[in-house]
Amino acid sequence: MPKINSPAELSKHKKEIREKLYGQEKILIRVHMGTSGLASGAKSIYEFFREELEKRNIEATVINSGDMGYSFAEPTIEVRLPGREAVVFGNVDKIKADEIIEKYIKNGELTDGILPANYRSI
Amino acid sequence: MAKERIQIMVCGGTGCTGDQGEALLDNLKLELEANALENSVNVVKTGCMGLCSMGPNIKILPDNIIYTGVRPDDAREIVSEHIMKGRRIERLLFTDPGSGEKLATEKELSPHRKQLRIALRNCGIIDPESIDDAIAHDAYEALATALTNMKPLDVIKLIKDSGLRGRGGGGFPTGIKWEIAFNNKSDVKYVVCNADEGDPGAFMDRSILEGDPHAVLEAMAICGYAIEAAKGLIYIRAEYPLAVSRLNTAIRQAREYGLLGTNIMGSDFSFDIEIKYGAGAFVCGEETALIHSMEGDRGEPTVKPPFPAVSGFREKPTIVNNVETYACISPIILKGSEWFSSIGTEKSKGTKVFALAGKINNVGLIEVPMGTTLREVINEIGGGIRNGKKFKAAQTGGPSGGCLTEKHLDTPIDFDNLIAAGSMMGSGGLIVMDEDDCMVSVAKFFLEFTVEESCGKCSPCRIGNKRMHELLEHITKGKGVPADLERLKNMCHVIKDTSLCGLGQSSPNPVLSTLENFREEYEAHVTVKKCPAGKCKDLMEYFIIAANCVGCTACARVCPVGAISGERKEPHVINPEICIKCGACMEKCKFDAIIIQ
Repeated sequence: MPKINSPAELSKHKKEIREKLYGQEKILIRVHMGTSGLASGAKSIYEFFREELEKRNIEATVINSGDMGYSFAEPTIEVRLPGREAVVFGNVDKIKADEIIEKYIKNGELTDGILPANYRSI
Repeated sequence: MAKERIQIMVCGGTGCTGDQGEALLDNLKLELEANALENSVNVVKTGCMGLCSMGPNIKILPDNIIYTGVRPDDAREIVSEHIMKGRRIERLLFTDPGSGEKLATEKELSPHRKQLRIALRNCGIIDPESIDDAIAHDAYEALATALTNMKPLDVIKLIKDSGLRGRGGGGFPTGIKWEIAFNNKSDVKYVVCNADEGDPGAFMDRSILEGDPHAVLEAMAICGYAIEAAKGLIYIRAEYPLAVSRLNTAIRQAREYGLLGTNIMGSDFSFDIEIKYGAGAFVCGEETALIHSMEGDRGEPTVKPPFPAVSGFREKPTIVNNVETYACISPIILKGSEWFSSIGTEKSKGTKVFALAGKINNVGLIEVPMGTTLREVINEIGGGIRNGKKFKAAQTGGPSGGCLTEKHLDTPIDFDNLIAAGSMMGSGGLIVMDEDDCMVSVAKFFLEFTVEESCGKCSPCRIGNKRMHELLEHITKGKGVPADLERLKNMCHVIKDTSLCGLGQSSPNPVLSTLENFREEYEAHVTVKKCPAGKCKDLMEYFIIAANCVGCTACARVCPVGAISGERKEPHVINPEICIKCGACMEKCKFDAIIIQ
């Protein structure tokens, strides 16, 4: 990656990245893998999504992130379907993960265990 | 994907569930069935929506309409009007108390939420190992703004005007600290990030570093620009391996992009960051001890002044700020000091991250504007006390703080109110205790921590805390006398007045504050030798109520030390001399014949 040599280049890069990461009509799954998440088994959930989505022929990006602070409901994941608000699911084990793929990712049908955004951000 | 079907989200937070939320959920399902819609409309129970005071709440997708104060009887109208005819039910929309307007969507209701995320803005939202994702979420834009549009003094003025105070515990105004370092001319200056988070139960700094490391790097660079320093150091405990690894990745990526290093973004400003590892001593969170530890000396504090901003690392002007403080810097640069100072209370601006721990339902991290009350934090955001027990106290400020009790539930939490209540903000650990917690044992626990962590340099802290711990040990063993309480109090004041650094000066706080707020509990321990919470093993006695005992011998068989005797079908007795108070008999007894006295 070339260096960013001016504030203008930073803005340009930001625009390109936004387009690349969030502009496409693609399913995005974020597994929250901070210490709390990892301690509750987020790593295996991350791998589960990577493997299963491929097996089931669903095109999606699976990435990791830090924790959102929901220590009481770890592991937590966020699913972003194209054109919809992101949804966070809590207490995700493999059974739940399977349900999320089958119901929400395939059909857009919500399941129990959603953690709605209970905060406002800047 | 087919046309999005209608879905109803019912808030399953503690507040809404406790207010007939379950019945509402059932009624909605019944109504849908009655109209043969159960297969086309999906009803789910969710976690807390964060609008507890308006509950019970439901949200209907894809319209994104939130109804508040919904009663179980409203289910019929919701199904017949909204679901079947697509008409909004005006009376169930929230009315803004200020403007009188009806608010319906997520966006409109958002300002009414209790939590506001500034420091945690990107945690869980971005990939911490991708600088691109961080840049897509505005990282380094504040640095660009500062480098192009502001002089160092402008940055300092902005931070001063914002009213930002240090989030590590002391609450010293950040802008003033920067100004002192700016005014001390020197060829070399240092910017230090204090990531030596040591309070039991606190993990906000760890989460920020793990979730959004670039926020801290960027803010350190901004600080470097403001005080004219070229070198940054992050002092982090080696117990945080994930945070360390993500920081290392972030630093490497920032260097590759030229966002750290020489001539950042084409300017004259150069700045680089290095990580220093701590071994996890609590006292190294104190800035002078931290600096000594970084210099390779023992992590012992020295007397201030000189303050680090005048003479710190290698005797050069040094800024030591906490992780959370740095995490607030970029938004202030981008959104202005007025925006930041409009949040919070008169003397404490902005938000504070708290780590909720203990006997609370929603353990985790929250971020609320300063001035939020303890009741809102515990009952609404924290989901209340576990198992429906009664709230007793909340410890803030860790081993240096004190406890807040029922009478403080409605006190707005900020730096000054907490000190007035005999506690302190500390780094933001908030440990909640219920009726089953013995406050003498709690004080003993925190003191144990301080005794362990005392560096030993000054005698009041090294010897005094040890003696005080012994006294508390005596009291919890039932060997205390009433005069001990006065002795304890005296020792607290002596240690407070004569210790060298913040650790010693604040170590008696948990004892002082529990003595002040729960004196009757201490008295029960020393006079009648009883522990009201039933926690102190040495002060309890297991006892069999003869009238309830059927002589089944179950207890005698389970007792590991053979303390229970009695004939079959005759009442049994426990020999208190032998009993080790393990409680196994009480668990086994099916007739509630065994009690704790």
